[in-house]
Amino acid sequence: MLLFTLRRLGVMLLTALALTFVVFFMTNLAPNLEKLAKSEASVRMSDEDVTLWLDRNGFTRPLLVRYGEWLGAVPGWTRTAEDGVITGRCIRNGLTAETAPRYCGVLQGDWGQSTVFKQPVTEILSRSLGATGWLMFWVMALMVPTSLILGVLSGMREGSRTDRVLSSFAIASTATPEYVSGVILIVLLGSATAGISPVLASWGWIEGKTLFQGTATSAMDKITFWNFALPVLTIALYGIGYIARMTRASMTEVMTQQYIRTARLKGVSFGQVIMRHALRNALIAPFTVIMLQFPWLLNGVVIVETLFNYKGFGWTLVQAAGNNDIQLLLGCSVVAVFVVLITQLISDIGYVFLNPRIRLS
Amino acid sequence: MEELSWPVIFAKMAWHLLPVWIALVVTFALSIRFKRRLGLYGKLFDSTVAMSGFALVMFWVFTAIFADIIITHDPLGQISGMKNALPGSPVKGAEGTWYLLGGDSLARDVFSRVVMGARRVLAIAPAATVIAFMVGITLGLPAGYFGGKLDTLLSFVANLVLAFPVILLFYLLVTPEIRVTGIPIILAAVLFLFPVIFICVLLNSRYFTNPPQRNLYVGVSLVIGLWAYSGLAFNLDPLGVWSMDPNLLNVFVSVVFVNAPTVFRIVRGIVMDLKSRDYVAAGQTRGEGPWYIMLWEILPNARGPLIVDFCLRIGYTTILLGTLGFFGLGVSPESPDWGSTIDDGRRLLAVFPHPAVVPALALMSLVLGLNLLADGLREESLRD
Repeated sequence: MLLFTLRRLGVMLLTALALTFVVFFMTNLAPNLEKLAKSEASVRMSDEDVTLWLDRNGFTRPLLVRYGEWLGAVPGWTRTAEDGVITGRCIRNGLTAETAPRYCGVLQGDWGQSTVFKQPVTEILSRSLGATGWLMFWVMALMVPTSLILGVLSGMREGSRTDRVLSSFAIASTATPEYVSGVILIVLLGSATAGISPVLASWGWIEGKTLFQGTATSAMDKITFWNFALPVLTIALYGIGYIARMTRASMTEVMTQQYIRTARLKGVSFGQVIMRHALRNALIAPFTVIMLQFPWLLNGVVIVETLFNYKGFGWTLVQAAGNNDIQLLLGCSVVAVFVVLITQLISDIGYVFLNPRIRLS
Repeated sequence: MEELSWPVIFAKMAWHLLPVWIALVVTFALSIRFKRRLGLYGKLFDSTVAMSGFALVMFWVFTAIFADIIITHDPLGQISGMKNALPGSPVKGAEGTWYLLGGDSLARDVFSRVVMGARRVLAIAPAATVIAFMVGITLGLPAGYFGGKLDTLLSFVANLVLAFPVILLFYLLVTPEIRVTGIPIILAAVLFLFPVIFICVLLNSRYFTNPPQRNLYVGVSLVIGLWAYSGLAFNLDPLGVWSMDPNLLNVFVSVVFVNAPTVFRIVRGIVMDLKSRDYVAAGQTRGEGPWYIMLWEILPNARGPLIVDFCLRIGYTTILLGTLGFFGLGVSPESPDWGSTIDDGRRLLAVFPHPAVVPALALMSLVLGLNLLADGLREESLRD
């Protein structure tokens, strides 16, 4: 078990290095750097000026060396100008050439400065991850129990009417990506002119103009049911269908096993069989699915935060990518890549841990 | 003129979609009549789920085919005074015409745009899925069959791509700047080579015992394949038949790139399961080559799960294309494709919902149809 975990960790680190290098390469392509030079210095720079600026700011050295610097494995560059002033990668924020550290990269906790927000990347990321954390928490709190209950209910009697209805719902929800369900939910529940809100408002059942709010900007300060229900529902809806279908498949498989029949023939009641015998085995597969769903949620988070204007991680990623904010985009990718890899690791280990047939062999 | 009421709007839309209904009725009548002779396709018509899914998909396919006849206005044309017009508004200055589903924020007809958008979506999604499948199969078969170092390497690369958050990959791959660097062309050059390799190996392994026939088949497919390859990947077709807009190539390549590793994993898994079967051992004893066994013994036996996944994957690709459009990546702002139309419409969503809701429902119904079709196919193929 320990060896397995260590090997998985090794592969994970290798993957993380490879992925961050790819992102570094893609964000540091020549056209992006040129755009950066023009936005940082002056829009009307000549090509020679751009080259000069890039050279002065250490962007012309080999890609691998720059990647090493960004990572913190290679000492940051320094440069002595003709008038004796020393500039360097680590010399900023009031540090002088003497006091600045030699290494300043991601490993040292220096993630760089965002060019759009004019703040350190770590600060922006911790703030936006906090916001997204709340979103994810409520999504999980809604999605996991709902989908498991739906899956178990439809899988316990395969082919019954309940099964048909719930399966249709699951198929429909997997066919509705977040940008579609978000739009439909806003129109249905969060619009002052369409959907059910005007009707409810004219009956005097709701206080404001709309049942739910169509944007989640105010949720940055205070999360309420009114401003947070729609984004959470939108993300959860897409995942519910998928997890419910996986749970159903695993539940129907368990229900055909010999030991379930034996238990029924012994005279154990149907409810007891489900609770005692079937559920424990049926929930192993969905656990993996739920963990692997995290990268998916990341996708959904980006769409929903853009749609509802909620300034979390996904919104930051879109801003960074749209405005050529290289340091912030790199920071976002590191976080995203690690979220994906860690959930994969947990799902692998969890699967082995939960399944005695693999654990003991 | 007066505004139309909802029943009249639906009646008028149904009238404009008449070619689609006729084509649907003909397809269903012929298929049900001859369903016993049509193999797996015929079996679709034994299950209600599969039939309804098939009907939804074919509805959009026929809409895309007959789009030129169906549209009521130019999908890019702006008519003054029709900005954000409500559904059923009469067109100003033109007697007897209406914006059936209203106008968008640039005063264009929503109905015609959705119909034209179907053509765009249905041109890219299935083609990209087919290429992704060929890449996945060509790499997945040897990885699963031979195993060893090749498998380890390919699986590592596949996992690398899969660990990338899709949106981030799109933001990195589908930007206007990246075209300058030539990365999309390199990716296209690699990815588009696989269909040619796949078809040549497929034919070669089947006919290599009969060299004249083999030379003819492989030669013809090489000529056509490389001809298309030069045009699609490098835009260097001497005759100018095959070409691809650079924007479209960019989108196409990234969608294939995202999909291929999943197909690879599925194919690899199936092959690892099937290669211990008796018929594979029998083939090996007969002295059949590994590629013949992979392509002509194992692959046909893996078709059930692959066809089901193919349907699901077209739906998934449609969703991905919509996501790209939603973030305004890689498509021209004029383009009527559903994702970017939803993105345009969402700015005024709370006031004028119709420009965003109509393409949203269209996209949902197409993906729903594909999912239902896949579900029906799965049930029918399990029944054998």
